[in-house]
Amino acid sequence: MSKKPRFIGGSDLKVAVIGDEDTVVGFCLAGVGGRDAQGRSNFLIVDNKTRMSDIENAFREFCDRKDIGVILINQHIAEQIRYMVDTHEKVIPTVLEIPSKDKPYDASKDSVMSRVKVFFGGNIE
Amino acid sequence: MASSEQRPVPSRMTLQTMKGKKVGASKGHSLLKKKSDALTVRFRQMLKTIVETKKAMGEEMKTAAFSLAKAEWAAGNFKGQVVESVRRPAITLKVTADNVAGVRLPIFTLQRNESLETVGNLGVASGGQVIMAAKESYFKALEALIRLASLQTAFFTLDEAIKITNRRVNALESVVIPRIEGDISHIITELDEQEREEFIRLKKVQAKKQERAAAAEADELGEAGGEGGAIFEDEDDDVVF
Repeated sequence: MSKKPRFIGGSDLKVAVIGDEDTVVGFCLAGVGGRDAQGRSNFLIVDNKTRMSDIENAFREFCDRKDIGVILINQHIAEQIRYMVDTHEKVIPTVLEIPSKDKPYDASKDSVMSRVKVFFGGNIE
Repeated sequence: MASSEQRPVPSRMTLQTMKGKKVGASKGHSLLKKKSDALTVRFRQMLKTIVETKKAMGEEMKTAAFSLAKAEWAAGNFKGQVVESVRRPAITLKVTADNVAGVRLPIFTLQRNESLETVGNLGVASGGQVIMAAKESYFKALEALIRLASLQTAFFTLDEAIKITNRRVNALESVVIPRIEGDISHIITELDEQEREEFIRLKKVQAKKQERAAAAEADELGEAGGEGGAIFEDEDDDVVF
């Protein structure tokens, strides 16, 4: 047990959200959102004025933070920083692509689904 | 094909160690093969669940978004209030590990701390009920998402583990074991060769010895014969037939 304490950490992990307003508000309502004493929050609201570099920075920060276990990201936002999502190798935090309100879920664009697809021989029905 | 770069010293002892190594390698190979099989079984089972959960998650999210829209319609714009009132997360994740054939798979479990929820008095004037309903539906969606997160991490971890295990199995099967077998056969031929050499050497020695013995005998005979002849010669003068 003591040899590989890779992800059995002592502290509880948080869930980070990158998404449009509705998604973030919804999950904050459920109790996901957090803001610490430095004013760092674990969510980012993306609207059409948000620059891509801000999304990238937020994603990078969430990936590097030790207290985040899962990153929820709207699929159409993941699409914008696809190269970062696809090259994300770490087991924790896990990146989950979720559908947003006005963009239906497209399984074929999901980086995980595309890998799952390989094992099903091309179709996931 | 076996190690041409460095042959082991051909001796009975090295042969014994090599045989031991071969036994060890075959054992390791079969064990790793079993591990790989176990992982693959688990992996196959998971693939289906992942696809199903992903699809269910899509539905769940749709319902949640709809309930949020309803809440907004009933209670007015409360979104800013929600985001502003965020302090400490009421939902945290606990990570435990599941063990499949020596591979640790993380499992996330949701922990909900009701006392930290900040939206308790939201929409007191109107639409509180609907906001709570939206909250619950988002919580449900989140539960599905966390389940999916566990599956997804397990998927990646298993994928990696299977690759590594298969690499090891193949390395043992097609590199290590053939090399050891080559070494063993090399040692055996070499030992046979030595044995034959030894046999020939002994034969030669024996032949030499026989030759020498024969020569010595002949010498002795010759000497005896020579003496005899001399004696006869001596006596020749006296004896008259």
